[in-house]
Amino acid sequence: MRFELPSLPGGSAGLRAELRAFLAEAGRDWTPAVRARSWMGFDREFSRELGARGWIGMVWPKAYGGHERSGLERVVVLEELLAVGAPVGAHWIGDRQSGPLILRRGTEEQRRKILPGIASGKLAFCIGLSEPEAGSDLAALRTKAERVPGGWKLNGRKIWTTNAHLSDWMIALVRTSPAPEGGSRHAGLSQLLVDLRLSGISIRPIRDLLGEESFNEVTFDDVLLPEDALLGQEGAGWAQATEELALERSGPERYLSSLPALTAGVDALRDVPGADVAVGRMVARLNTLRGMSLSVAGMLEAGEAPAQEAALVKDAGNDFEQRLPEQIRALLEPEDMPEDLRALLADLTQLAPTFSLRGGTREILRGIIARELGLR
Amino acid sequence: MRAIILEQVDRLLAAQSGAAALRRLEAGEWPEELWEALEGLGLPLLLVPEELGGIGLGWADAAAVWQVIGRYAAPAPVAECMLANGLAAAAGIEPRGGFSSFGQTAPFGRFAAQLLLEPAPGRLALHAPGAATPGQNIAREPRDAMTPGPLLAEGALPNSHGPRALRLGHALLRAALIAGAVEHALALAVDWANTRKQFGRALAKFQAIQQQLAVVASEAAAVSVAVSAAARAVDSRGLEGASFEIACAKVVAGEAAQTTAATVHQVFAAIGITEDHELHHTTRRLWSWRDEGGSERAWAGEIGRNTLAQGGAALWPDITARDIS
Repeated sequence: MRFELPSLPGGSAGLRAELRAFLAEAGRDWTPAVRARSWMGFDREFSRELGARGWIGMVWPKAYGGHERSGLERVVVLEELLAVGAPVGAHWIGDRQSGPLILRRGTEEQRRKILPGIASGKLAFCIGLSEPEAGSDLAALRTKAERVPGGWKLNGRKIWTTNAHLSDWMIALVRTSPAPEGGSRHAGLSQLLVDLRLSGISIRPIRDLLGEESFNEVTFDDVLLPEDALLGQEGAGWAQATEELALERSGPERYLSSLPALTAGVDALRDVPGADVAVGRMVARLNTLRGMSLSVAGMLEAGEAPAQEAALVKDAGNDFEQRLPEQIRALLEPEDMPEDLRALLADLTQLAPTFSLRGGTREILRGIIARELGLR
Repeated sequence: MRAIILEQVDRLLAAQSGAAALRRLEAGEWPEELWEALEGLGLPLLLVPEELGGIGLGWADAAAVWQVIGRYAAPAPVAECMLANGLAAAAGIEPRGGFSSFGQTAPFGRFAAQLLLEPAPGRLALHAPGAATPGQNIAREPRDAMTPGPLLAEGALPNSHGPRALRLGHALLRAALIAGAVEHALALAVDWANTRKQFGRALAKFQAIQQQLAVVASEAAAVSVAVSAAARAVDSRGLEGASFEIACAKVVAGEAAQTTAATVHQVFAAIGITEDHELHHTTRRLWSWRDEGGSERAWAGEIGRNTLAQGGAALWPDITARDIS
């Protein structure tokens, strides 16, 4: 594995300043609950505002509503949004993975139809991977699309789909032909663009441990999809989904989920004995994880496909963001915390278990790293 | 240029290092033949500008070389000599031949031809070595208490290196050596896991082993990135200007040293704690080097005090303001 720090583009500092000025205003009334959820939070109006300012689909061609900025400039924007816990969930998936996938694998017509909507913050995407019987063992998925005159007929179920009930589109990984007898289960899978308004789709929210409805079960019952629902190559779904995951795994959202608690914690910990060493260790890790994440961003920008490096960054980053609330709690009695910090920690404590589940569990990621090491 | 030197150092150490050489070193023997070969490559003068007869490479290059040296458990104190000569040259002191060490508790001080000290903030003094009271770290590397001999030369460092250049340089040096040692410990453990069979299959086939070594790989990547970031910052802003990045690197290196040593010993089990096995040369250096040039506790304390003093609102802006474009 290889990590090489990129240099940030010249205008980064100016772009950061622009973002900070905007966020200071836009984020004035964000509660601790909003900031703790950050990229799980769904706020269409805020996403449209970002789209209008050119901060979604930044690297895409202008012909598709993009802005032809560099990938590292895009990371600057992501970092600033996440650092303050902005509610970016309505466009996050589209900007991060669905859009890039459509740009790379989609037809010209698909690009023109969908990408401008994502870039303007109007179209929201969700991820159609997990199923009731296919979690970490994703290739065990059973949702199936058969060719019918004029398109596809889709049947099956996706589950744990974050914000499906609020989204417009799903990119679903489904079986389009049976796995070959004795062959790889990865064969015969394809990705389909599913318009969530179509009839035959029912979306049932699943209440989570916070008492909220953030993820869902999505059922497809003889859903008729048009011919052009196929994204990329028929049968190449596994490879495409893997490629998509490399984009998903190394971004700043993999280590910054708890940053608002550290920001608030620093002010509360000023006079706490021993807090200096503990805070210093967290900051050292934060700065190092940022370097690791930026290294992968630099490689992606150079057209490489650093899938193993991305898995490593996600694993290390999740560990950091998951432990951060606990480390602050270890330094401060609950009754000595300011209300803002207590509220942030209450929500982050309940959200933290998902950090090492979403986008690939810790065990799956470490398995990927182990294979790269020559173990397994 | 860096790639060529890295390859030369790697090839030389692959040929002339190993458990037997490390055993002799730890028994107090000076690695004369290897030292001559390292001098032949010009390594002690890598950080010395060309106009003073050196190679004139930068700190990022030096850190990359130190990482390679760490992979071979530092079979000669050439990293230390690079640092001493580089800093002396930065203070306008012309380099002399032979092994240069530094500090009151000097690495391999008993073998030093000269000793670099920082008698006052920002000022460096080169002394004849004087008397050495032998001591050692837990890797059994000589760490000798020195009574400096006559002053040979002195000079002032540029402001960018600040008032504690030796301590900062030493921290970066140890972090870089740890980065290499962590890599090597991981490689040894991976190799062993693929060789050793229990319950009818290689250890590498057990998920319990895979998952533990994946964590070490993660730490190896973290130290390596932290060291690169620190060395790059020194090239751009001098040692004091890079004190945050150096502190980060030493904290992460110290933590990684602990995790790595514990994990690889668990994977090797009993064979790994035998005198005959090469593993302990690397793990004892991990335990030694994390303490030298400032422990992770010391450097984390410095980072933390600054962070707490600046307040939460400054945390993220301060980190991003250090970006190098």
